[in-house]
Amino acid sequence: MSSGPALSTRFNTWFARGWLVAGYAFLFLPIVALVVYSFNASSIPNVWRGFSFKWYQALASDTEILNGLWLSVKIALLTACGSVVLGTLAAFSLVKYKRFTGRTLFSGMVSAPLVMPEVVVGLSLLLMLVSVQRALGFPERGLMTIWFGHLLLGMAYATVVVQARLNDLNPQLEEAAMDLGAKPHQVFYLVTLPMITQSLLSAWLLTFTLSLDDVVLSNFLSGPGATTLPLVIFSRARLGLNPTVNAVATIIVAIVAIGVLVASYLIARAERQRALDMAAANRA
Amino acid sequence: MLQRLRSLVTGRTAVIGVPYLWLLAFFLLPFLIVANISVSEMGAVYPNNLVSIKDGVAALTFKFGHFALIGQDPVYFNAFTRSLVYAAATTVLCLTIGYPFAYFMARAKPQNQASLLMLVMLPFWTSFLLRVYAWKGLLSPDGWAYDLLIGVGADRALAALGLIAVPGKLMNTPFSLVLGMVYTYLPFMILPLYGTLSKMDLRLLEAAQDLGASAWVAFWTVTVPLSKAGIIAGSMLVFIPCVGEYVIPELLGGPETLMIGRVIWDEFFANNDWPMASGVAVAMILLIIVPLALFNKYQAEAQEARK
Repeated sequence: MSSGPALSTRFNTWFARGWLVAGYAFLFLPIVALVVYSFNASSIPNVWRGFSFKWYQALASDTEILNGLWLSVKIALLTACGSVVLGTLAAFSLVKYKRFTGRTLFSGMVSAPLVMPEVVVGLSLLLMLVSVQRALGFPERGLMTIWFGHLLLGMAYATVVVQARLNDLNPQLEEAAMDLGAKPHQVFYLVTLPMITQSLLSAWLLTFTLSLDDVVLSNFLSGPGATTLPLVIFSRARLGLNPTVNAVATIIVAIVAIGVLVASYLIARAERQRALDMAAANRA
Repeated sequence: MLQRLRSLVTGRTAVIGVPYLWLLAFFLLPFLIVANISVSEMGAVYPNNLVSIKDGVAALTFKFGHFALIGQDPVYFNAFTRSLVYAAATTVLCLTIGYPFAYFMARAKPQNQASLLMLVMLPFWTSFLLRVYAWKGLLSPDGWAYDLLIGVGADRALAALGLIAVPGKLMNTPFSLVLGMVYTYLPFMILPLYGTLSKMDLRLLEAAQDLGASAWVAFWTVTVPLSKAGIIAGSMLVFIPCVGEYVIPELLGGPETLMIGRVIWDEFFANNDWPMASGVAVAMILLIIVPLALFNKYQAEAQEARK
């Protein structure tokens, strides 16, 4: 303070910049390292021996990883679609219906999987499925049971995303449609749905990536022969460093980066379009 | 009119009913089963029923031995305290790094804030498992972080603090475990903090300074109290999942960092002791239910305030 306001402001600016840069470096360093070492010619970890694509070539014939990837993509697609449907219904119930029997229990159950340790959720689901299997003879542990687990988690995330959007909506638009004689389902499909499409898309992407990444629930709920990609990666990573894991990681990072960039571009474009439409509507 | 009313009622019932039944069947019922098994005796393959019928008389037996064992047996007790200590340390570190970070983000030029936010979310979208795995490489001999930390002699300081056993070995120690958890959960701290800090009315700070408060005093008496909701939300979002963390200790921890998540896992899959696994799970839920309730209370308050 004694050295004058100009100097202290400059120091503050530099301190702020330095803190942010260091923070981002911390967040991105591991991702950069993963990508760099996926091109390492040496099989000794952390020792750079020149550039090579050999770990990517090895991936092409790695049936364990390819099968895992296929299973994971199937489960992630099912999870994303199911979560968006269940999450939209749950968000609707919570936003539109302020009082119904057991609403407190319902809202508690919707958000609980977000913070509940996954080990507890996985164990309890597994014990329930085992009891059901004992009584009825099905379901066998595999794709479907993993899907149940992911759906429980995905629904919680989808509800939060859709609920936030529904809360921001102007209820007068729906009321106007009702007054003009639209049936409730027509109001939903013609008025509400177009306004929440973006949040449905982000919920879909979020739950897709969540499912594609999950280890704990999948590990509890998978059966023999149903090994998802994260389970393959986890079992290899546990044993030590493995360059094929880096190669898989790089491919996933590339796909996610492209996906996020495309999605954010589309969302930005839609927002601009909406702003233009609003301006035009106001002028008219 | 009547028909329209009826269609509304059935539509409403379906909208609420489908997710409600799903959650009852896949969330509540499993927890009741866990609670039930935690007070049961383990049979040959499956846990015994609580109600047993002997000579035409139904008897209800609870076994609380698993809970007594958790309190007495050092294996369980230490795993619990260790999980709490590591989770608390992670939360404090995330807050120390994340608060200034979120603060500077919220005070950055408005046109840059969207990109800064995006950059925090981006690692969040890339596989958590792979990012944790990456630290395994970074902290192993000749890894980038290893060379840096050994280069500046940080390993001796860490060894003096007892976070690593011997200088020169960073992986599979409490240090690597907490580093991995801080790294993974930092965005969960930054995002709610940024949310409250970016909405703050800056005129309040000007008012404080006009009234003679130094920047430092204004920060502690105005900014920090106003961001309380963000601090609590962020801390709970870090602390609660850290207590039950399984993947990070498996990949980055060592034999001396056994946490509850792994104990549940081992009791179930290695010892085949379902009641014990369920007992540890129930104890863990009881442990996190207070911070959980606190979190929900503040979330509800924040939601009310937004309206």
